[in-house]
Amino acid sequence: MEKPLTQHIVPGRAPLSLKEYEQVGGYQSVRKILKEMAPADVQNLVKASDLRGRGGAGFNTGLKWSFVPMGPEAAKPKYLVANADEMEPGTFKDRVLLEGNPHQLIEGMIIAAYAIDASISYIFMRWAYKVAAREIIKALEEAYEAGYLGENILGSGFSLDMHLHTGVGRYMCGEETALLNALEGKRANPRAKPPFPQVSGLFGKPTIVNNVETLCCLPHIINNGAEWFKGLSKTGDAGTKLYGISGRVKTPGCWELPMGTTIRELIEEHGGGMQDGYLFKGLLPGGASTDFLVEEHLDLPMDYTAIQAAGSRMGTGTMIILDDHTCPVGFVHNLQHFFAQESCGFCTPCREGLPWVEKILLAIDRGEGKPEHLLTLDFHTKYLGPGNTFCALAPGAMEPLQSALKYFREDFERHIHEHHCPWSKAKVWQPSI
Amino acid sequence: MLTTEEKHKIDHEISLVPSPKNACIEALKIVQNSHGWVSDESLKDVADYVGMSPAELDSVATFYNLIFRRPVGRHVVLVCDSISCWVMGYEGIRDRLYEKLNIKYGQTTEDGRFTLLPNCCLGTCDRAPALMIDNDLYRDLTVEQLDEILEKYT
Repeated sequence: MEKPLTQHIVPGRAPLSLKEYEQVGGYQSVRKILKEMAPADVQNLVKASDLRGRGGAGFNTGLKWSFVPMGPEAAKPKYLVANADEMEPGTFKDRVLLEGNPHQLIEGMIIAAYAIDASISYIFMRWAYKVAAREIIKALEEAYEAGYLGENILGSGFSLDMHLHTGVGRYMCGEETALLNALEGKRANPRAKPPFPQVSGLFGKPTIVNNVETLCCLPHIINNGAEWFKGLSKTGDAGTKLYGISGRVKTPGCWELPMGTTIRELIEEHGGGMQDGYLFKGLLPGGASTDFLVEEHLDLPMDYTAIQAAGSRMGTGTMIILDDHTCPVGFVHNLQHFFAQESCGFCTPCREGLPWVEKILLAIDRGEGKPEHLLTLDFHTKYLGPGNTFCALAPGAMEPLQSALKYFREDFERHIHEHHCPWSKAKVWQPSI
Repeated sequence: MLTTEEKHKIDHEISLVPSPKNACIEALKIVQNSHGWVSDESLKDVADYVGMSPAELDSVATFYNLIFRRPVGRHVVLVCDSISCWVMGYEGIRDRLYEKLNIKYGQTTEDGRFTLLPNCCLGTCDRAPALMIDNDLYRDLTVEQLDEILEKYT
């Protein structure tokens, strides 16, 4: 089984130096595109590979690039940004790539920048990834020294600068337009679209924001072709995928597997099955802002298409398991506390609605819930849903809530009728502040 | 007053962006690095330096979780309180820290050694529960490990 993105990552061992990386074929794709391919060729190849954004939205990467104005008339400088903010609760896959093989990301970014004719690029990384920051800084120095970055790369006439920017903590920074505001030294509020960042992004110039895992796929697509990339998958969605599991399984972790690996295989073979004494009750397939899936969905392939058809989203592909010892109301309450806290406060439904939802969930969790509370929660899942807020934060927050109300409604009702949490008292989640 | 060294570092950040204002978050980080936090006085100094009003800069500073607008201790303990750490029982860790340090979230020990804060997901969910002290990450935590971990920080 091919694992292109993680083949050179050995847990506990330092990432490959530039020399070592070159010895295993690193930066060959950069040599290839600079010598043989025009930016349009790179765009077309990536479009044909069906690579879809690994940050969660799943948009075709080559298609996203194609909205960037090209040619001598296009506004300059253009920017490429790697989204390494990874603040979606339950998500830890980009950390693996950043810490494990920083040169692969840099190589992918050079390809993406070349494809859109960008001359300045940033890696926007969350503050918590200290090891990754150290490795990236080291790799950037090596890449500059070897002439893969800077002026006139390998004598091709193409120039690219690359900088690491570490954030100061806010979930909103993962949303691409909010990320651009953060990079500009502003509050990370999302921007109105249109104009889309491809046309007017960072400092008002054409900008592409791609996820780390997406960018790391690029060298392999350039080297091996679109058909090879599609062939890595078990289903219609191309490539491999970094999947992860956290929660009460025997061996939580992150694995690169063919796209479309079933949820059951992920949990039972790679996650080692549930811990002794714990039963599976449900899962969020791809981070805190995805809808719950339950027992009946275990044989679904984890890809964009199948998970969407089941009423959820693959999101980041890193799943969080809900076990039978954990209160579903407490679980959702923890999520809503996070979303309420991280709302940027810019639009009223999100700023006011999420704390309301959080308070109701706290009341239910404490046994102070009333039957009408469930109707208020139902109401919020609708009015904080898509189209009613400025960005996707609140609609994302409503995904686990609406599906919890669907699959675990009885558990909510038991809290209300029995006036206490049926799970142990220690499991009533108390917000910290 | 910004020191010469701070000004030098801020100047470098300003050189990388179109307008000095664009470097304001980096400037706040530089000041916080030398003082541990950003006081009203520092905030005003930075605002003047990058050409913003103090109110505008404070709206940026207070937006971000890791810019401290109140004094913190010599070491900042950030306890992950997000979903995977909750499922794996981080609350025992938190309660032991409350007890051991005799403070709650948002407070600093009397000797100025530790400030305790909750933090959203640290991105290490497969090895929950987790916390960070300054730049160091601790994972697969048990309550029993806490004494030894805290002893490393004086």
